[in-house]
Amino acid sequence: MTQPFATVVDIAADIASGKTSAVEVLEQHLARITERESDIHAFNLVTTEQARATAQQVDADIKAGKPVGPLAGVPVALKDNMCTRGIETTCSSKILEGWKPPYDATVVTRLQQAGAVMVGKTNLDEFAMGSSTENSAFGPTKNPLDTSRVPGGSSGGSAAAVAAGFAAVSLGSDTGGSIRQPASLCGLVGVKPTYGLVSRQGIVAFASSLDQVGPFTHTVADAALMMEVIGGHDPLDSTSLPQPMLSLTSVLGQGVKGMRIGRLADMPDGCEPEVLARMDAAYVALQAAGATIVDISLPSLSYCLTAYYLVAPAEASSNLARYDGVRYGMRVETGDLHSMYGATRAAGFGAEVKRRIMLGTYALSAGYFDAYYGKALKVRRLIANDFAAAYEKCDVILTPTSPTVAFPLGDKTSDPLTMYLCDIFTIPTNLAGHAAMSVPFGTGAHNMPVGVQVLAPALGEQTMFRVAAELERAS
Amino acid sequence: MSNASSAPQHSTDLPNGWEMVVGLEVHVELDTKTKLFSASPNHFGDEPNTNIDPVTLGLPGALPVLNKHAVELAIRLGLALNCTVQPSTFHRKNYFYQDMPKAYQISQYDQPINIDGYMMLPGDVRIGIERAHLEEDTGKSTHIGGTSGRIHGSDYSLVDFNRAGVPLVEIVSRPDIRNSDQARQYVAELRSILLAVGASDAKMEEGSMRCDVNVSVRKPGAEFGTRCEIKNVNSIRAVGKAIDYEARRQIDVLESGGTIRQETRHWDDGEGRTHTLRTKEDADDYRYFLEPDLVLLDPDQEWIESIRASLPLLPAARRAQLATLTGANKESESVYVIVERGQDDYVSAVAQAGGDAARALVYVQQAFAEEGATPKVAASDIATLTQMERDAKITATQAKTILSEMVANGGGDPVAIAAAKGFEALDTSAVEAMVDAAIAQQADAWAKYCAGEEKAMGALVGAIMKSSQGKADGKVVTAILQARRAK
Repeated sequence: MTQPFATVVDIAADIASGKTSAVEVLEQHLARITERESDIHAFNLVTTEQARATAQQVDADIKAGKPVGPLAGVPVALKDNMCTRGIETTCSSKILEGWKPPYDATVVTRLQQAGAVMVGKTNLDEFAMGSSTENSAFGPTKNPLDTSRVPGGSSGGSAAAVAAGFAAVSLGSDTGGSIRQPASLCGLVGVKPTYGLVSRQGIVAFASSLDQVGPFTHTVADAALMMEVIGGHDPLDSTSLPQPMLSLTSVLGQGVKGMRIGRLADMPDGCEPEVLARMDAAYVALQAAGATIVDISLPSLSYCLTAYYLVAPAEASSNLARYDGVRYGMRVETGDLHSMYGATRAAGFGAEVKRRIMLGTYALSAGYFDAYYGKALKVRRLIANDFAAAYEKCDVILTPTSPTVAFPLGDKTSDPLTMYLCDIFTIPTNLAGHAAMSVPFGTGAHNMPVGVQVLAPALGEQTMFRVAAELERAS
Repeated sequence: MSNASSAPQHSTDLPNGWEMVVGLEVHVELDTKTKLFSASPNHFGDEPNTNIDPVTLGLPGALPVLNKHAVELAIRLGLALNCTVQPSTFHRKNYFYQDMPKAYQISQYDQPINIDGYMMLPGDVRIGIERAHLEEDTGKSTHIGGTSGRIHGSDYSLVDFNRAGVPLVEIVSRPDIRNSDQARQYVAELRSILLAVGASDAKMEEGSMRCDVNVSVRKPGAEFGTRCEIKNVNSIRAVGKAIDYEARRQIDVLESGGTIRQETRHWDDGEGRTHTLRTKEDADDYRYFLEPDLVLLDPDQEWIESIRASLPLLPAARRAQLATLTGANKESESVYVIVERGQDDYVSAVAQAGGDAARALVYVQQAFAEEGATPKVAASDIATLTQMERDAKITATQAKTILSEMVANGGGDPVAIAAAKGFEALDTSAVEAMVDAAIAQQADAWAKYCAGEEKAMGALVGAIMKSSQGKADGKVVTAILQARRAK
């Protein structure tokens, strides 16, 4: 697939070599924002002035011969659930409107150290709860490839920002598919790293045991570079894996010869035929490149969605209990403390967030814990066992990222369950703490992009990226 | 579970054969530099809301990072309480209150760091320790206006987050305590252990050590009765009073045909009574689940053993040692007091310098109450003083006078002080001469004494002491008189 916009690798090289400047690259991106943002609504906030100042500094450093980072001058967009010091961070929720964190998320610091230029904070489903970015308190984001359609979610703003050329790259967060599904729907590469590979410090928590940060890029090579910048141990996140970052850019050319690619023998219902056709094409392509296809089964797959919608809301109900209108964010004044709490939360949270807080509180309650949350934890162990058995037979597993291509706005908003089904292929990875990524692999219905998901075991990123690179070559 | 029936008879024994069953939950703040999960200072008494940071305030995106020193102090305490140290986990205890900024407390739940310990009390009473687990403290609310000092009816509340996130260990005893004396001994001994191992400053008045008391009553051998938990018990004295009050209240209820409701009660120290805080039906559902922001705490065995090796001699062992050295009972008040003050090493130094350990124990208890673990007076000088008294070079009264002067001056040579005060002891021949003179002068008294009237000796001794201007040793005088009569 030809790319309409320059890649991170090319932009960084051209700026470093003086072929272009950081300011020039930034202005190109800002011009596209001016042109299309009002139609797309990728951003909650465009940080034009800070971005110009950063780009000028990068250019000055290069001119002065100072060493610059691997992303020097590359425009990046950040999902608006990542804390940025002194810059509003809203999670697309009214309850956090106006809150300016006193600190940067670790991934933000790492991007800054690499020389990246932040252009803005992107829209999301409120607190990352959703699959279409229609749950934002500030209005939906539209798919740049067809603005009548959703970009996916919850990181829809970050996907749209890259797909529209507003930023060369963006970061999203993925709790049950929130990077991979919008990447698939917008024709981008999207990575959900192994749990613990990328720091969660400064990421506003949705479901802490599932959340991971990862990049949206146009190419697999860009994704590998981004992972090397943001990944690796962070002492400020206790769940961060205590090991150096894996080298990914170095493995992209190694091919898939001799690799065993797992194929689901029992594909769940509900996939569009065009999506399944692209899957078949992907297997053929990898076979042609020297891999073998192995049928595997994940017997617990059908329980994953249910388990996810107990575990994630349970953790969310705890994580979101702190938003009480006292210390930060919005407050609805009522005259007394207890009614202020209630009024603030009633007005501050949207319907989907309230639904999940209630679900999660119920699942954890005395008398219901064993039947719901406890069972869900058992499913987490079961799917991990399923994966362990499957990875005895294969090196990676290939599935569709999403059962469908991008759907029209409003199509699924009336029925939360059909929306939840968007994540059927992405959720198991989060439950197991494994790695997965979505790679664009042609188009399906309505000429919209189809993404192929490459799943790998924990810390299997090198193998995963080799397969992704092969799929990219074949697409 | 022990019935602790070996407990001695007791002033607080209950009427009609009732027995109380008591368990204690003691929270202690660990003496770390920083908080349990963040780098903010752990320091009492600072300006409100100065020892805070994103983790303490529960700001979105902030993550907890476990303080290794807190873990080390928790292990020290656990080992000192004879616990097993095991791999442990943290849970979220979810409840909403204005002084808990995350709306959950991070606490250890079903896998605590220390389990299955015990503590010995006087009379070889063994109190089981179920667990001693790590958790974070909450902030502190002050309710302004209203009459009760509580949130209901107040005009407004102030919250200080300096205490939020301070590391706590909660030590949960088994229900092995059978009277309020044991409860007080338990708390006092726990405090001594905390101080000895350096885990906490254990100041109940500053809230760095706080007790909740579980009390039920039963007839001996019967099943445990329904228990009530008493909060706000803020001194060792209050522990005893609250337990005695509560046990009698429960007995009154039961004997008048009522039943005990499981509830949390508040100790009102001023009124000397407990009253209902909340019933079991009002209890929060804490919705515990494994804290996903933290990982398994699995201290390696080598570290645990190095902590064990670094433990000081604990108070019980020190009391036993002091008792052996001085010949005193290991459960005597003087032994407890000296070890509590940390002056047992000093007594030992006096003995090593050739002093009389038993006398040293008495001197140090009487005169060094304000001195701390390292009194200013040189141990060798106290040794000399005990020798002077033992050798009857001075009287006990004179020794006490000299000791007071040494303490007041921060030291001094007892020989010189005795000389300056004219305390040279009279030698026995001089005393004998005085005894003879007194017998001659007080012939009536002597005759009565010889006739077996022991009281008559007083007049003789008085006369001798007067003529010696107090320099004669009363014991020596008595001995000579007895010897004369026996002839």
